[in-house]
Amino acid sequence: MARRRSQLRSGLTGRVLDVGLGVVVLGFLIVLGQRVIEHGLSYFVQILAFAISNGAIYALIAIGYTMVYGIIELINFAHGDVFTFGSFLSVSLLPVFGLTEGMEWGPFTIVPVLAVFVITMLACAVLNVSIERVAYRPLRHAPRLAPLITAIGMSFFLEGALFLWKGPSNVHYPDVLPRGGFQLLGANIGVKEITVVTTAVVLVVALALFTDRSRLGKAMRATAQDRDAAELMGIDINRTIAATFFIGAVLAGAGGAMFGLYFNTTVFDLGFPAGLVAFTAAVFGGIGNIYGAAIGGMILGMVQSLWDGYFDSAWTQVVIFAILILVLVFRPTGLLGMRVPEK
Amino acid sequence: MVGWLRRVWETDPRRDPNAVAYIALALGAVAFPVWVTISTSNAGFWIGVAADAGVYMLLALGLNVVVGFAGLLDLGYAAFFAIGAYTYAMLASGHGSATPLGVTIHMPFWIVLFVALFVAASFGVILGAPTLRLRGDYLAIVTLGFGEIVPRVFRNANEWTSGVNGISALDTPELPIWIKGPWSGDPLALVTGFTILDPLAYYVIMAVLLVLCVVLVRNLYNSRLGRAWMAVREDEVAAAAMGVNTVSVKLLAFAIGAAFSGFAGTYYGAKLSLVSPESFGFSVSITVLIMVVLGGMGNIPGVMVGSLLVYYVIFIVLPGLPEFAVAVVNAIGLGQLAERSGDYPGIGEFASRLKFLVFGLILVLTMLLRPQGLLPSRERAQELTKGTHEDTTIEDVNAEVG
Repeated sequence: MARRRSQLRSGLTGRVLDVGLGVVVLGFLIVLGQRVIEHGLSYFVQILAFAISNGAIYALIAIGYTMVYGIIELINFAHGDVFTFGSFLSVSLLPVFGLTEGMEWGPFTIVPVLAVFVITMLACAVLNVSIERVAYRPLRHAPRLAPLITAIGMSFFLEGALFLWKGPSNVHYPDVLPRGGFQLLGANIGVKEITVVTTAVVLVVALALFTDRSRLGKAMRATAQDRDAAELMGIDINRTIAATFFIGAVLAGAGGAMFGLYFNTTVFDLGFPAGLVAFTAAVFGGIGNIYGAAIGGMILGMVQSLWDGYFDSAWTQVVIFAILILVLVFRPTGLLGMRVPEK
Repeated sequence: MVGWLRRVWETDPRRDPNAVAYIALALGAVAFPVWVTISTSNAGFWIGVAADAGVYMLLALGLNVVVGFAGLLDLGYAAFFAIGAYTYAMLASGHGSATPLGVTIHMPFWIVLFVALFVAASFGVILGAPTLRLRGDYLAIVTLGFGEIVPRVFRNANEWTSGVNGISALDTPELPIWIKGPWSGDPLALVTGFTILDPLAYYVIMAVLLVLCVVLVRNLYNSRLGRAWMAVREDEVAAAAMGVNTVSVKLLAFAIGAAFSGFAGTYYGAKLSLVSPESFGFSVSITVLIMVVLGGMGNIPGVMVGSLLVYYVIFIVLPGLPEFAVAVVNAIGLGQLAERSGDYPGIGEFASRLKFLVFGLILVLTMLLRPQGLLPSRERAQELTKGTHEDTTIEDVNAEVG
């Protein structure tokens, strides 16, 4: 199927813009390649391992944005703060389950870690579903500006609550994962990287199978396509939308806990930039498309880490947001998405 | 005057309280300096605070054009504010010699006001032209990204903007002619070459700028363009079918909003005599949005009242809250609440952390309970409380058919 092009990208101007964009990307890759050769292979592998883990976490957040946007066309600004809540809750749960920094790992230590993950994921899900119930559902038939403003308000409300909880400074997140790892081309690949990437892959695959195969997943896809028709077919719209928020937040909660375990720090306004990057990733991958969001998150996370590693890190955020604007302007349909008509 | 009063009365202030609100705001603006001079010892401080509140009122008036009139959500409004302020800093200070340019420029404040207006509007057009074709909520994200980029660029471009420290010692505005009088302790006289240092002078200038802007915005709203904005906001497809060029109409709203922000930025830079990238963050954009939403999207006196109210809460009540909270717990004999223990930072610190929570609560509660705002415009109230036709559901149709 030929991909439909956005207005801006059709005709001669479209060609010129395409070429221009290609030149920019190519130029970036060439400069990057030069620096990669300068710094040597082991540094590159190290940065790459870091980049992939970072991307995996963004992928988990991006999926929540893409699912919610796909089904009710709302940018759930609060999603990033649900992610922060996940990291805050899990850091508080670690001592409860006897997990401390640099502890010995026995054969059953995995059990409390899993318990922390499951509780965090469920709590985030409950939080996100309540947000939907209290703040978004009453406005479902209001003009689009109304739920959007409410979503920003909800994001600030959560951020404020998290601020009250842990204060303004960075919170140290205990380094509980075992330290081992293996050497690859002179770079050290730790247990952390392996854990983060495996967890993310398992969760994304499970989710993809769920939406493809299960009854509820089918209901979600139907609701995303045409809410009224789905309702006429006997699908409980409210339940389906709530389930979408639930699943999105489960992934965000897992992402929050993984962010803490990986970076060993968290802060109350973590979710704002992370959410923005993740939403960019969702659009980049094609909004509404789960694989797209996962790939987009991976790409943006990698761009971020590579820029941090090879260029001036003060400009990283500027670059990421510039990509955000460029993607929205030149490729609003994303990599894998279909053109969503303006309703 | 009598005829005008009669017209006000005939429009029935109970149904349209705008005329009353305009009169109250004008009287308040005149009475405020008199009142603080009589009742407080540091009148200059309070008049200066009121002039700062005027900056936010200007911003709210501008954002109201974008959000209220045209129905576009701009979350990066502070970026244009920053652009305005930095334009003034570049064109009217001794900083120029420290940049690669190597030349100092000292343009008069009054000219930079309009230069900044055009610079900000141009950035609005550059950002808006490609993005306004997109879906409305993508615009919110693009502007949010832009609002994050601009202060970061100003912070990182050390050579040009001296980074985090910002640019200081900006020129003080000058007037060719000014009136002295008993209010400043002098005999009534005209002075020439007057340098504006007195807070009262800043206050008067702000009041004049505000009056000009209100007249401008009101005329815009009642013009052909204003009706086009309303049409686009309510139903873009129908508006396009009626011959409205939706993209250029939206672009105009966006550029005019940005122009207001640049205007306000110049005044802000001149009054503070300092610009730094830290003062144009996301929280500024959100504060202005709250002013517009709480006051009443699309209604000029509404956003003016909203901006005063929100400014009062955020910049006067909230900073005073920690002290107040400590005093209260001490007075009722729960002094230990004021002490910090473990994770708990003490009630004072606790109260100082409430800002974001209050931001969020105002936005969510307004949208849920009174989406049209405190002082709504009639058209907007209908839209926001009744919803739009495209979201009509099966239940609604059933209810109508009976």
